[in-house]
Amino acid sequence: MHLWRSLVRGLRVLTHRAVADEQITDEVDHYVELAAAEHVRRGLAPDVALRAARLEVGNPTVARETVRSYGWENAVDSVAADVRFALRRLRHNPSFTFVAVLTLALGVGATTAIFSAIDPILLAPLPYPNADRLVTISDRGGVGSAAPPAYGTFGELAARARSFASIAATDRWQPSLSEVEDPERFVGQRVTAGYFGTLGVRPAIGRDFTGADDQVNGPHVAILSDRLARRRFGGQSVVGRVVKLDDQDYLIIGVMPASFANVAAPAADIWTPMQRNAHAPFNSVEWGHHYGIVARLREGRSIAAATTELAALARSRIPEFARPPWADMAGGLIVRSMRDDVTQDVRPALLAVGGAVLLLLVIACVNVTNLLLAQRGRRRGELAMRIALGAGRARLVRQGVTECLLLAVIGGALGLAVAGAGMRALIALAPAGLPRVEAIGLNGPVFLFALATTTIVGLAIGIVSALGAEQGAGGLRAGLQQGARRAAGGSAVARRALVVAEVALAIVLLASTGLLMRSLSRLFAVEPGFDASHLLTAQVVESGFAYRTDTARRELFEQALDAVRALPGVQAAAVTSQLPLSGELDGYGFELQSKPAAAAGDDGSALRYAVSSDYFNVMGIPLRRGRYLDARDRPGAPEAVVVSESFARRLFGNRDPIGQRIRFGPETGSSRPWDEIVGVVGDVKQQSLAVSQTEAFYVAIGQWWWVDDVESVVVRTAGDAASLAPSVKGAIWSVDKTRPIQRVATMEQLIVATEAQRRFALAIIETFALAALLLAAIGLYGVVSGAVSERTREIGIRVALGATSRGIVGGIVGGALALAAVGTALGLVGAGVASRLLETMLFGVSRLDPTTYASVALLLGGVAAIASWAPARRAARVDPAITLRAE
Amino acid sequence: MADETTPNTDVIQGTLDLLILKTLSLAPMHGFGIARRVEQVSRGVFKVNPGSLLVALQRLERSGWLDAEWRQTENARRAKYYSLTRAGRRQLDAETADWKRRVAAVARLLSTEA
Repeated sequence: MHLWRSLVRGLRVLTHRAVADEQITDEVDHYVELAAAEHVRRGLAPDVALRAARLEVGNPTVARETVRSYGWENAVDSVAADVRFALRRLRHNPSFTFVAVLTLALGVGATTAIFSAIDPILLAPLPYPNADRLVTISDRGGVGSAAPPAYGTFGELAARARSFASIAATDRWQPSLSEVEDPERFVGQRVTAGYFGTLGVRPAIGRDFTGADDQVNGPHVAILSDRLARRRFGGQSVVGRVVKLDDQDYLIIGVMPASFANVAAPAADIWTPMQRNAHAPFNSVEWGHHYGIVARLREGRSIAAATTELAALARSRIPEFARPPWADMAGGLIVRSMRDDVTQDVRPALLAVGGAVLLLLVIACVNVTNLLLAQRGRRRGELAMRIALGAGRARLVRQGVTECLLLAVIGGALGLAVAGAGMRALIALAPAGLPRVEAIGLNGPVFLFALATTTIVGLAIGIVSALGAEQGAGGLRAGLQQGARRAAGGSAVARRALVVAEVALAIVLLASTGLLMRSLSRLFAVEPGFDASHLLTAQVVESGFAYRTDTARRELFEQALDAVRALPGVQAAAVTSQLPLSGELDGYGFELQSKPAAAAGDDGSALRYAVSSDYFNVMGIPLRRGRYLDARDRPGAPEAVVVSESFARRLFGNRDPIGQRIRFGPETGSSRPWDEIVGVVGDVKQQSLAVSQTEAFYVAIGQWWWVDDVESVVVRTAGDAASLAPSVKGAIWSVDKTRPIQRVATMEQLIVATEAQRRFALAIIETFALAALLLAAIGLYGVVSGAVSERTREIGIRVALGATSRGIVGGIVGGALALAAVGTALGLVGAGVASRLLETMLFGVSRLDPTTYASVALLLGGVAAIASWAPARRAARVDPAITLRAE
Repeated sequence: MADETTPNTDVIQGTLDLLILKTLSLAPMHGFGIARRVEQVSRGVFKVNPGSLLVALQRLERSGWLDAEWRQTENARRAKYYSLTRAGRRQLDAETADWKRRVAAVARLLSTEA
């Protein structure tokens, strides 16, 4: 009642200010009139009575003002007056307003855009209920790093571990949609029945997988993502339909909600039950290291407790669950929060970018503060006048802050537009595998963030510029007598300090950019171990009924290779199961005849390449000893293996590897014949140029246990590799045009793509650094030209006394360089500290690399000299006669 | 008007509301009327400052304890008459009780001191 009444009356006053004022006037006048009438009754003359009444009431204007000042609406009123005043001032100063608003818009916009990516990826919980209880479990590999677990390990954990409310396993599954016009290979997952339940999500329509679906030789059923259902199957009505995948009938039993984000495998669009056997023999697919495990912790159970339990479980073997040597859990298991697991690759890049954007925002604020101080300096006379007329200091500060808030709000509104554009650029730039890209956008939290940033920025520049102006001032009172001339007091000191800060911040950004650039150039200088030029690659999928046998698959590849080789411009072509630097990673355990696996324990794994015989020639991988694989290594012939240099060195040290016997993967521990090492070739980078995991072995396609259904064709071309892409595709399709071909790319493109994280961070930080450099240059220019116009008189006198124009230019540029030098020194220290954030992204360059730091300092010095040159020239042209006469 | 020898005092801080409410509990009145009435009844001890009075009236009205109404006066001016609302009457009772409690306490203190 009371609040409501106050609100309504206040609003009525605000909307009908004139009426409200009239009422107050009437009431006060009435009071005076009655008081006067009383005096008249007591016998005073009317005019005397009126004067006495006025005396009694006091100044009616003051009384009116006192009454008027009551109520919340009056606070609104005076704020509105401040806003109107600030608007008028900004309008009268269009160039200042334009620059300030633009600077703030860029600062707030860039910060908001980066936040929009950091929030869903690093800050917000994963989009599942009680997501903090979701963990991933991985095996600990030979060197202590996380490795994908085997399904058998999952089977044992699911049966024995007590820490989890539920646990599920995943595997890659990439079925081809067949018997349609445009064959397509989908990215999907095989999952155990509890997968969606563990995440806490359900299909929007249809049903989830059940235990009955997830049996060996169970039914062919699948669940689709909403986007795939819409794109390919006309939406949710697909539920209940049968679809041909890999030439087999699959019943679509459900469609996930559109809001479902599968963070562990964001590209996955289709799911089918795992249908694996936890007690499978060691030579079956269940014991390969290529599964993922997701689990939901029991309520109240911590990750540490789960880790302890699993460690104990790993140590205690029970007869029901036999373990092969390569998955014996000897290294223990790693339990990590799912969020850390999915974000760990992008975390360093995002944090670095986040740090960079904050620096940029601070620089933008410093720049605007600087502009404001310069402007206040010019308005010194006006301010002094207003104080003399009785303006309260607090009110003046409030007006200043209001002006800054207004600038920030306009800047922030424009900043939202900048942020929108920035987000699109971010998504376009985003490295493949950036989780939760779909969640980047202008949503509630992002909007709040922009609002908060805007407010903080407005208050900060308002308060700092108010303090800076105060500094200048004994001056405020003295300003009246002095005029604006010798105003270079404290506010000039404040401005110099701000420029130093700007330079320092710009140096931090520039040094970070420099370090990343040098890392990238070092990286791209790394030899991948093969000749990447003139190399075209294409991934071809061979699955489905028509290619159910190894022979059929091998024949298809041979025919496809023949067709490709016949193309003009093609020098040679080969096939490999795994392509370097393509994101594929396919490793197998092994045992030596001289050192059986059962005795040796898990000896780590080596990368497997099942290749056609001319693979080495096509790739340009050099032979170190022995021979390459060739036509001799046919199916049925004695099995031959070529190993990489580093693998041979680890296994045999200085002994000759040629003729040594070895067994891989499913063969280990079996009674299969041993493979013989026939050659040693150079190391090849597989994961990325920065990672030197190069232990590898090569076998002929026909001599491996199976023929892989996904192979990469590599083509050595005479001319430009990219231009051959369409004809290579055509040649492969000429053999069978229903086979999906994906990822056609030149090797050089693939190499660039492996450095996507670093390039992403570099592209953004580089942009920010350039913006920062520009802002610092503008700041320097502003301070120097301000100083020059304030010192015109002094310069005039100096010229009159015989100073040369060179001396004057030198003095001014020197002064600017001194400022820049202080800023640079501070900035270099800051860069040294900030580079910790970058450390994990650097390659081949120390985070304190002197060359980078020196060149950044030089660059800034050069820019400072240029920025101060123009005002210095202006100073040198000062005509002493004119300046002195102007006195 | 109070005569020159008795000192007139500004209304004790915080009691103006109570005095206004009490005065209006008898009959609706305009600002000047309230001021004069307070002065008369207090025999000139209290002097009401018109500015504070009008602000207080506005505040009490916002609080819902008074209603205000414009009426025509005999010489064709308009005057704002205030009257007590039901909430105002409750407030008056509460404040009166509170005031009596305080006065009694102060009186006790003073008598023991003497």
